[in-house]
Amino acid sequence: MLSLTFPPINELIRWRDVFPGFNKVGLIAVIAAVLGIIIFMTAGQKDPLQAPTGVRNLAESGVTFIENDIVMQTMGKDGLPWTPFLLSIFIFVYLCNVPGIIPFFQMPATARMAIPLFLALTVWIVYNVVGFKHNGLSYIGGMIWPKGVPVFMRPLVGVIEFLSNIILRPFSLAVRLFANMLAGHMLLITFAFLTNALVFAETKKIALIPLSILPFFMLVFLTAFEVLVGVLQAYIFTILTAVYIDAARHPVH
Amino acid sequence: MEAIARLIADTNPVQTPSEAKAANAAIGAGFAYGLAAIGPGVGIGYVVGKAIEAMARQPEAAGMVRTTMFLGIAFTEALALIGFVVFILLGL
Repeated sequence: MLSLTFPPINELIRWRDVFPGFNKVGLIAVIAAVLGIIIFMTAGQKDPLQAPTGVRNLAESGVTFIENDIVMQTMGKDGLPWTPFLLSIFIFVYLCNVPGIIPFFQMPATARMAIPLFLALTVWIVYNVVGFKHNGLSYIGGMIWPKGVPVFMRPLVGVIEFLSNIILRPFSLAVRLFANMLAGHMLLITFAFLTNALVFAETKKIALIPLSILPFFMLVFLTAFEVLVGVLQAYIFTILTAVYIDAARHPVH
Repeated sequence: MEAIARLIADTNPVQTPSEAKAANAAIGAGFAYGLAAIGPGVGIGYVVGKAIEAMARQPEAAGMVRTTMFLGIAFTEALALIGFVVFILLGL
C-alpha cells in the first residue's frame, strides 16, 4: 500500500544554523532589509531632473503605489508624510515573503512568528504614540467611554473598543501575516512531497508515475498563487497599518 | 485497507494515556480548522460578492471599493487564520 508520512513541523520550518544563533530565516530577513536599502539608496542618488531609468523606475513605482493606493485611499492628503514609514514596511514584508517561492531559499521569513510579531509591535507602538500625540489623554478616554454611542451602551462598546485597539489589533496583524505565509509554505511542501512520494514509490511504480502529474500541476499553480499571496499580504499589512494610524489620529466621535 | 481493517478489528487500539491524548489532539485539530473555516468562508464570499456588485454598478468607484474590499477580507479572514494556528498548535 501507498503510505505517506508527513515530516513533523519542526523539520519543515526550523533550519540548521548558518553559524550559532543565526539560521536561514534570519539570513533571509537580513537579505531583505539590505536589498531594500540598496534599491532605494541607489535610486535616491540618481539625478531627479532626468527621466527615471532602471532601479529608479522601480523605486518610483513603489512610492507611487503607496501614495495613491494606500495613503490617499485611507488617510487622505495629510497622511502623505507617512509614506516613507509605510513604504519601508511594504518593501520589507514583500521581500521577506518572496523567498518562499525563490529556489534555494524556499522559506518565507514571515512564516516564523518573530518577524510578523516584531513588525506588529512596531506598528502598535507607532499608532498608540500617534494617538496620544494628536489627542492627548482623550485618546484613551474616547476609547473607554466613546461619545456618539447611547449612554447605556457605552460600557460595553468601551470594553470592546479598548480590547480591539490594545490587544486584538496587533495580535491579528501579526497572526494574519504569519498564518498566511505559513499556510502557503505548508501547501507547497504538501504537494512537493506528494509528487516526490508518487515518483519514488516502491510498489506499483509504473502506475503511479503518471499520477504524479496531478500534484505537480497543483504545485506549479500554487507557486503562482504564492506570488499573488506575497504581494497581497504585504499590501494588506501596509493598508491596515495606514488605517490604524489614521484611526488613532482622528478617533470616531 | 489493511490499516483500516486492523483498526476496526482491534477493539482497544489506544494503548497509553499519552497516545489517547495525541489521538484526541489530532481529531480536535481537524475539527478546529474545519469549523473555523466555515464562517469566514461564507463571510469572504459575501464581502467579495457585494464588492463586485458595487464595482459593476459604479465602475468609477472601483479603486475605493477594492481597497475597502481587501480591508473587509483581511478582517474576516483573521478568524480562519486563528483556526489554522490552533490547528498547528494542537495537531503538529
